[in-house]
Amino acid sequence: MNDTPLLLVAIGVLAVGTFSMRFAGPALRSRFEVPERAQQLLAAAAIVLLTALVATSALTDGHGPAGIARPAGVLVGGVLAWRKAPFVLVVVAAAGTAAGLRLLGVP
Amino acid sequence: MPMRSIWRTLDRRLARDIGLVCLADGVVGLSYGAISVGGGLPLWVPIVLSIVVFAGASQFLFVGIVAAGGSPIAAMVAGLLVNTRHIAFGLAVSDVIGTGWRRWPGSHLMTDENVAFAMGQDEPEQRRAAYWAGGIGIFVCWNIGVVIGGLAGSVITDTDVFGLDAAFPAVLLALVLPALRDRSTRTAALVGVVIALIATPFLPAGLPVLIALAGLLFYRAGKPALEDARNE
Repeated sequence: MNDTPLLLVAIGVLAVGTFSMRFAGPALRSRFEVPERAQQLLAAAAIVLLTALVATSALTDGHGPAGIARPAGVLVGGVLAWRKAPFVLVVVAAAGTAAGLRLLGVP
Repeated sequence: MPMRSIWRTLDRRLARDIGLVCLADGVVGLSYGAISVGGGLPLWVPIVLSIVVFAGASQFLFVGIVAAGGSPIAAMVAGLLVNTRHIAFGLAVSDVIGTGWRRWPGSHLMTDENVAFAMGQDEPEQRRAAYWAGGIGIFVCWNIGVVIGGLAGSVITDTDVFGLDAAFPAVLLALVLPALRDRSTRTAALVGVVIALIATPFLPAGLPVLIALAGLLFYRAGKPALEDARNE
């Protein structure tokens, strides 16, 4: 952990790599016209990725299940969002449910 | 798009929602800073990562691996893998980022949250405003949160006690829900979720989310969306 130069190189490469991946889309798209259907597919791709991210971050921790408190909190937040509750309520209810369940000893 | 017109385009409800997501991300940043320093890393590591990488999931992964005694190179590879999803995001939101010099800051400000915010808007102007306001707000709040969390260090060691780990997925879920009203998108997303969950025990972090894209095989592009018809 005291290997500061190596740490700096790793952070630098991660930063440059991440920026390049972010920049690739806008750089490519400005060179040619993308057909309507492809645009819809790209929009759907972003939503598929985001939804998968929601599921994995809500239900899993590392390579295993995330327990009960976190999924329950996310579920409560999701139902509130679906019922068009204000954003504050979604966030507070999700965190509150998870925290409350843990207080009761639920993992 | 000039800053002033971003604020004029945002309606009050959207501006409030963006503000709340920024605030929630600030709190997540706080826990990230605290976890990093609590795990024995020097304060500059979480702070520099937040500014130059600015991608929460990969940052958590990076400091987690390094703090556990893993190689910084392994942490870097894992972080890059988790961030590959930004390629698809960039293709999807390139029109709201704009052209010329704006592509540079606009690309760096790309996060899950502001991409989802932009996709949730109907009008192109609203999309652009949501993306930029969300990106700038999240950048500011996230980095402030990280500094405060890092300084608080060992005081807050267990952020799970506050249920913060449930806040991030809930925020993202609330953001994607409007897009899931479209039946074809919903089917593709649900298939993707099943694939990602099945793959999680076996694949390194980041890959399960990426292969969820296979769900797109079930996607059928519909009629041109309403806002595109209006543009013509």
